[in-house]
Amino acid sequence: MTEVTLTVNGKAVKRDVPDTMLLVEFLREELRLTGTHVGCDTSQCGACVVHLDGKAVKSCTTLAAQASGGTVITIEGLANGALHPMQKAFNDNHGLQCGFCTPGMIMSGVDMVARYKAAGKELTEHAIREELEGNICRCTGYHNIVKSIQQAAGEM
Amino acid sequence: MSENGIGKSVKRREDKRFITGKGKYTDDVRMENQAYAAFVRSPHAHAKVTGIDSSEALAQDGVIAVLTGPELVGDGIGNIITGWAITSKDGTPMKVGAWSALATETVRYVGDAVAVVIAETRQGARNAAEMVDVAYDELPAVARGDKALEPGAPTLHDCAPDNMIFDWEIGDEAATDAALANAATVVELDLVNNRLAPNPMEPRSAVAVYDEAEEHYTLYTTSQNPHVARLVLSAFYQVAPEHKLRVIAPDVGGGFGSKIYIYPEEIVCLWASMKTGRSVKWTSDRNEAFMTDAHGRDHVTHARMGFDAEGHITGFKVDTVANLGAYCSLFATATPTYLYATLLSGQYNIPAIYGNVKAAYTNTVPVDAYRGAGRPEATYLVERMMTTAARQMGVDETELRRKNFIQSFPHQTPVIMCYDAGDFAGNLDKAMAAADVAGFPQRRAAAESRGKLRGLGYSSYIEACGIAPSKAVGSLGAGVGLWESAEVRVNPVGTIEILTGSHSHGQGHETTFAQIVAEKFDLPIENISIVHGDTDKVQFGMGTYGSRSGAVGMSAIVKAMDKVEAKVKKIAAHQLEAAEDDIVIEGGQVKVAGTDKALGWHEIGLAAYTAHNLPDGMEPGLKETAFYDPANFTFPAGTYICEVEVDPDTGVTEIVQFTAADDFGTIINPMIVEGQVHGGVAQGIGQALLEQVVYDEDGQLLTGSYMDYCMPRADDVPFYTIEHNKTVCPGNPLGMKGCGEAGAIGTPPAVINAITDAIGTNDLSMPATPLKVWQAIQKTRAPMAAE
Repeated sequence: MTEVTLTVNGKAVKRDVPDTMLLVEFLREELRLTGTHVGCDTSQCGACVVHLDGKAVKSCTTLAAQASGGTVITIEGLANGALHPMQKAFNDNHGLQCGFCTPGMIMSGVDMVARYKAAGKELTEHAIREELEGNICRCTGYHNIVKSIQQAAGEM
Repeated sequence: MSENGIGKSVKRREDKRFITGKGKYTDDVRMENQAYAAFVRSPHAHAKVTGIDSSEALAQDGVIAVLTGPELVGDGIGNIITGWAITSKDGTPMKVGAWSALATETVRYVGDAVAVVIAETRQGARNAAEMVDVAYDELPAVARGDKALEPGAPTLHDCAPDNMIFDWEIGDEAATDAALANAATVVELDLVNNRLAPNPMEPRSAVAVYDEAEEHYTLYTTSQNPHVARLVLSAFYQVAPEHKLRVIAPDVGGGFGSKIYIYPEEIVCLWASMKTGRSVKWTSDRNEAFMTDAHGRDHVTHARMGFDAEGHITGFKVDTVANLGAYCSLFATATPTYLYATLLSGQYNIPAIYGNVKAAYTNTVPVDAYRGAGRPEATYLVERMMTTAARQMGVDETELRRKNFIQSFPHQTPVIMCYDAGDFAGNLDKAMAAADVAGFPQRRAAAESRGKLRGLGYSSYIEACGIAPSKAVGSLGAGVGLWESAEVRVNPVGTIEILTGSHSHGQGHETTFAQIVAEKFDLPIENISIVHGDTDKVQFGMGTYGSRSGAVGMSAIVKAMDKVEAKVKKIAAHQLEAAEDDIVIEGGQVKVAGTDKALGWHEIGLAAYTAHNLPDGMEPGLKETAFYDPANFTFPAGTYICEVEVDPDTGVTEIVQFTAADDFGTIINPMIVEGQVHGGVAQGIGQALLEQVVYDEDGQLLTGSYMDYCMPRADDVPFYTIEHNKTVCPGNPLGMKGCGEAGAIGTPPAVINAITDAIGTNDLSMPATPLKVWQAIQKTRAPMAAE
């Protein structure tokens, strides 16, 4: 067992968990933050993306113990009460259907916009599509996801 | 008219919970006293099970039980059924091999479940499952449908020694042969429709809860049709009688057909919950999903189409081998027959058609309906044939299509279907205008100057949706009726709840279904809620598949609303002392036309439930139910145009423009309908360019993860151009046809026709990977002289 200390969505948490526990299991099972999803076993689908110390990570491929001491933001903690511009953009543009990949898409989208802004680079349609390499959606054909991220990029 | 009524792109009401992480999917459910299931699965494609030693697994901390097939059968759990009876052309019934939820003597595909471990933790169950020692005697295996039907192939089921499930026919063979014999031109085509894995992003999951005191079961599960699940679990698998079994399909993360079926895992979790006295949860991982979720397509086809000297089609003869995998899944037998060969007429006048379909057992996971289900296979065949024929005869392919389009309706095809309405030339016109076909030569020349090959591909698809009426499908072998039910409850405060047997797993019913109520009763959409997915709440339902929720599910709601409207008018007429015929519903009120006399819905509701002042003899309450059985299938149709650029040096295809002109009849919410098309087109592009389930010759699954099976990513697809034609469907009250599957049906031939146009050879199979395209290009070039 390993003691894991994290700040998750602004709250300090501490748990003794098996050494092998993944960050996504810690979030879903220990903290019952079930907005973060698991869609594959091989780090391709991105349904599990959260922010760890300000960077998008795949929580299915991160040990809880690895993250210990860090600060995690999940979909539940992205905005307090109101909607984040990225969340609103997904609703405005019909950027989701079944909703399963959506938390990961939104967390990746927020990270992508922030990185491009910090680097002073334009987030083009082409760049959005390439940046989404690690997030799979089976419902939307990506059309409205790309539009959602374009809208949010203009508002963030 | 309501501002949120029919035809408005109302933003989705269900989104808020999903974008804030508050959706509730099956794996999010956690029960008190919950244990976890992990399955022990066959690593062999075909083997006898000669022994199971569970002692090491049982000795692990936290392991509660290890359960096997003989115990399951001993407890009276029934074999898994197939729901559509097909009769071979010689009059014999199809051959259905026994399928136990846990294998008893023989395993027939990699992933076939042999035992289940129940343990305190998920990881503990998985670790212990590795320790269950199953002894196998391996048997020869066969993975391809055509190979399985060859003499000497290994036999899967004793009831079908030659692996032939059925050898079925449709149409008039003699007339078709005569038409081909007399044709001016006969075009031949051999095609493979590649095997796909549906891959909804949410893996399947089940939580089974047994209440010993009540002898009652509850199943939370990833289902597109919870009532059908309850029916089958009860009537055939003998898990529990229906009144002792509740099935809840909460938020479900996509289905595409793969969550129609009742799989071994749900049956076993229910049974294990009773055996162990614990709630039992199982959630598939992606590798398990590739091994156990029903796959789609997998046809091998040889076809010949005859034309007269003017280019009119005279006959069409089709021979198909359909690989159905190791067992007959729920709708597996209907998919390559009545959902496939009945669409072989496409959008065309064809006087004679004959189809022969042989279905084969193989040592692969069962194949069943996947988005489109039979209709993509028919469309791929017909539309590649039309393009091939135009090229062979040296005529313009759009003119060849136009010349053969069906122009008058109703139109009876030679293969059962009677098309009720359509505007095929109009769809083609819209697509060609939106795709700027006129400007294509310039774009092609510009591409050529950049060293790229540019091509344009067409597909004029038709499909049959709604899958009904019940009497008709019953006569064709269906084991169920395919109607839908709805209940409309007007509450005493005037708000409205709609209970529907349709199930939403991404389609947006909570929005679109509310829109038709807002339209009918002119109420704010906030006053309306949609309830679905729980057999304890909703009376009954057949679920969502086959693009049926609009044409069938919404029609049931309309029928129930008509009954409510009649009662509301009676109450209002009585209370307002007016004639019933003078009562109108508008502006959120029930009024006497032409006066200021009006009642709010809350006043009508309260009157109905207090029953202090109702017309004599009227029952209290304001709730109506309806069952709706359609008069016919519906026939969505359209033309898709795909434009590609191929890099001849690498074989990489880029889809530079994709235009879809669909005729779905009446559209409730254009935003949602377009979203359905986007997703379907992406799946069609996936089939055409990227996706392929691969088994090796021995039946080992080589594509068991997203590292081996290529899912479409955002950079594989373009922004799509969507056009609508709106020929009203005469068969249902709203005039709807269905939009859920069109994209997946219409797209693959458009993509392949575009690539073959670009590279100048017709010899290309799906998925058209860069390697295949590059090789096809090389074949067109003169062999290099030896040095």
